[in-house]
Parts: sequence; structure tokens; C-alpha cells
Amino acid sequence: MASYSTNDFKSGLKVMIDGSPGAVVENEFVKPGKGQAFNRVKIRNLKTGRIIERTFKSGDTLEAADVVDVEMQFLYNDGEFFHFMNPVTFEQFGADKTAVGDTAKWLKEQDVCIITLWNGVPLSVEPPHTVILKIVETDPGLKGDTSGGGGKPATLETGAVVRVPLFIQNGESIKCNTRTGEYISRA
Amino acid sequence: MRPHTSGGWQPTASLEVLRLRARMLTGIRAFFDERGVLEVETPCLSAAATPDPALLSFTTRYTGPLFPQGQSLYLHTSPEFPMKRLLAAGSGSIYQICKVFRDGEAGRMHNPEFTLLEWYRTGFDAAQLITEVDALVQRLLGEHLSLAASEKLSYHDAFQLHVNLDPHTATAQDFAQAARAHDIHASPALDKHHDVAIWRDLLLSHLIEPKLGQGRLTFLYDYPASQASLARVRPGTPPLAERFELYLNGTELANGFYELADASEQRTRFERQSHARIAEHLPAVPLDENLLAALASGLPDCSGVALGFDRLVMLAVGAKNLREVIAFPAGCA
Repeated sequence: MASYSTNDFKSGLKVMIDGSPGAVVENEFVKPGKGQAFNRVKIRNLKTGRIIERTFKSGDTLEAADVVDVEMQFLYNDGEFFHFMNPVTFEQFGADKTAVGDTAKWLKEQDVCIITLWNGVPLSVEPPHTVILKIVETDPGLKGDTSGGGGKPATLETGAVVRVPLFIQNGESIKCNTRTGEYISRA
Repeated sequence: MRPHTSGGWQPTASLEVLRLRARMLTGIRAFFDERGVLEVETPCLSAAATPDPALLSFTTRYTGPLFPQGQSLYLHTSPEFPMKRLLAAGSGSIYQICKVFRDGEAGRMHNPEFTLLEWYRTGFDAAQLITEVDALVQRLLGEHLSLAASEKLSYHDAFQLHVNLDPHTATAQDFAQAARAHDIHASPALDKHHDVAIWRDLLLSHLIEPKLGQGRLTFLYDYPASQASLARVRPGTPPLAERFELYLNGTELANGFYELADASEQRTRFERQSHARIAEHLPAVPLDENLLAALASGLPDCSGVALGFDRLVMLAVGAKNLREVIAFPAGCA
């Protein structure tokens, strides 16, 4: 595998850090007058999501990480793995619960997600920015309320719970923002 | 920062800041004119370069009359060597405002070419020059910042105060431990380094510099002899370099020396630096024999200082990035 020097480090570059794949977040060049140059680097561990801060001597190198983001369609969940398919190559990948994490609650069959592959194995799954999902459980709304001022919790077909306006009823489909976990509109 | 337009041709600094730069340059020239210091110009291109392993010179090539087969030339990283030749020739106190060039340096606080104000005062020791640097910076920043009384802090005391270490006696392991205790995580390769000079620079740049000169000018002085560069070393235990640096609001602004005048000591230091370059796989550079000859003929007793003009403008306007004060920084030059 190739390696990158501190001069190559820029936001988004995929490198190996402490045996895990990581993405460079920030790289600051620091040099005292007439002294050794350093790079203060922030790297996100792509397995844990944690930010690692590390100081390098300028010119030092890190091994490149074989990490790629691929758009794939969610097929089904067999209880152990979430199965995805690359719509271009028809290649299928199974992502375990660790890789899917909290994203599981937004995953509906046919939806297109971004799968991050490390050495060809799914590392993380990013859901679409917005999804349309059906409400399977919510309290009946108060009669006459159309403003949706207060809101109420609603459980969606995939398991996510979002706050919806009072006039939204069981069985309706709604559009949600998966980044904020918020209701957007009726679908 | 000023937003970039689609074309990217526009200056990254506002015209207001560029006007301030011009006023500050006028202010510098007036300051030295009042004091009878002569403005000089020396070449940017030289057949020799500094062997300091921490400074990388750009190289270029001249071909034509004088050198029909071509000659390698180096862009200066500071005008120090030819200015000392002028001093040795009897110029008396001199100053210069010029562009200098350093390969490999780009970031929030670095641009590969930048404007340096460098001056030399004959008959001044380091303390006298510190007083003059203070007067100049106070005058230039006075209308922009209200500064508390300036302070002098020894390199030793700065380390004691901020990382609780004696920088002259601590071992590489002591420095490494202090770094970890302050949440600085060195890469595994760096963590194993035995060179205390690198560790001093690491702690200084990460933990001490950001705290220096808060709302006032702080002059850091009495550097370890190994970091003397072109300064005199005062014998003692430990021997100390008569070198100082100026900090304001965590930003390093100037570096000064009570100038080494001993030609053979200068040659020894150049040779040591040349060996260090080889060890670090850096290209070898020709030594400046003209400087060494000038020192041998006699450099008057003097102190000199170099001040980063772009950083001075940054501090005046409260900028966070050099792009805000340089019209066309690297990347859009």
C-alpha cells in the first residue's frame, strides 16, 4: 500500500492510524522560529468515529488506508447482516451491526445508502439524507389541531421514533431528515 | 476571512488591509530615518545558501553572460549574510525590508514567500536591541491594540512556568512524558526521538508559544546553546545563546541575536549544520565563503533582528490567517 507524507495530508485523506482506518480532518503546520517543523493533525477513526489528535515531524509518513465510499442499494436484513448491492456491478456486501450502527433505524429496502468499504469490507453505512417512511404507531391527534404546535412521538416502520405534528395519523407516510432525526413533511 | 469570488483572481486580503500595510511600511521607514539607520538592499539570489537544516532554500538557475554554462542560485531565506558583509565593510547600522523565501512552509502562519524587516545596530547588545524592537512594535501597533507593559522571560523560566521542566537538563524521556501529561500525542516515530532539541521545539511550539505575549510583548531570551544559530554563546553552566524572540498573543514575531563575529566558530557551526543536513537527507548547499571572509576581516560588535512584517499586520488587524493580510498568498499567486 502507498504511504502519504504530512505534505499530502488534507481533509478527507484516508490513512491508517493505530491499526485502524482514519480520515484526516485537519492538518496544521507548526514551526517555531529556526526550529523543527511539525504537523498537528486531527484524524477521525472511521471505526469508532472518535477524533485522534497526533503531532508528526514534518515529512513523516502514514500508510494509506484502502477506504472507498460506494453508493449501494439496501436489500434486506437477515438478523445478523444487512445486505447491500452495488447497482452497477450487482456485487453484494453484508454489513454487520457494528458497521450499520444507529443507521439501522432508517434503513428501508430499495433505499440507496453510501457504504464505506475498508479492504472491501463494509466499515460504515450512511443513510440517504431524507427518507420516506410509514408511521406504524402514534397516539391519535387531538381533534381540530392543525397547527402541530406541540407534537407527539411516532414510531416508523424501520423502528425510528420521530416527533410529528399532532394532526399526523397512524398509517401515513412522512418525510424525515436522517441527519437531525426530524420530521420534514407529509409524503 | 473575505469570501472568495468564483474567478479566484481577486486578492485574499481586503484593500483596507493593503492600505494599512503601506502605512506601516512608511511608519517603519520613518522610525529608522529618525534614528539614522540606513536602508539597504541586498540580493535575493545568491550562489550560496544557509546550511541550517530547519531552513530550505528555493533554487533556480542563471544562464548567460558571466555564466554561459549556467549557475545554480539560491533565493535567500533571510538577508542576514550580505547585510553582515555590509556591516564588515563599515556601513554602520542598517535595515532592510525585503521578500524572503522558504521552501516547504505553508499554513495559517506561514507562506513560502513573506516580507521580512531585518536590522542591525552596531554597538548594541541584545538588551539594547530588545528596547528598540519594543519601541518600534509599540509605535506600529499602538493605534490598533492596547498593550500591557512588555516583559522579558528567559527560555528556562518559560519552560518552568508552563510545563514544569528545566529545558537545559531534561532528557528526551522527560520531555516526552511532559508532552503526554499535557495531552500532546506524538506520532510513534516522533515519540521515540532521542534528540532533545526536537522535544524542546515540540513543547515550545505546542504548549508554551500559544501562551506567550498575551496582551503584551514578551521577549523570550537565553536560548540553549544548541539553538544559537548565528548568535554568540555566553559561557557558563549551562552555556546560553544570546538570542531572543518576540511573541505577541501567542504569535512569534521576531528573532534576534547578539551577533557572532568569530569566523572560525561560524565555520564550525556551518559545518555542523551541513552534517545535520546530510543526516536528514536534505540537499547539501554551498557555504557562503564571502560571509566567512567578511567575519574574518572583522564584524563590528552588533546585534541584529528579523521581524515578520506580515504577522505584524495580522496582529494589528486581529487576523487569524496570513491570507487576510497578503494580497496573493501561495495557492493563488
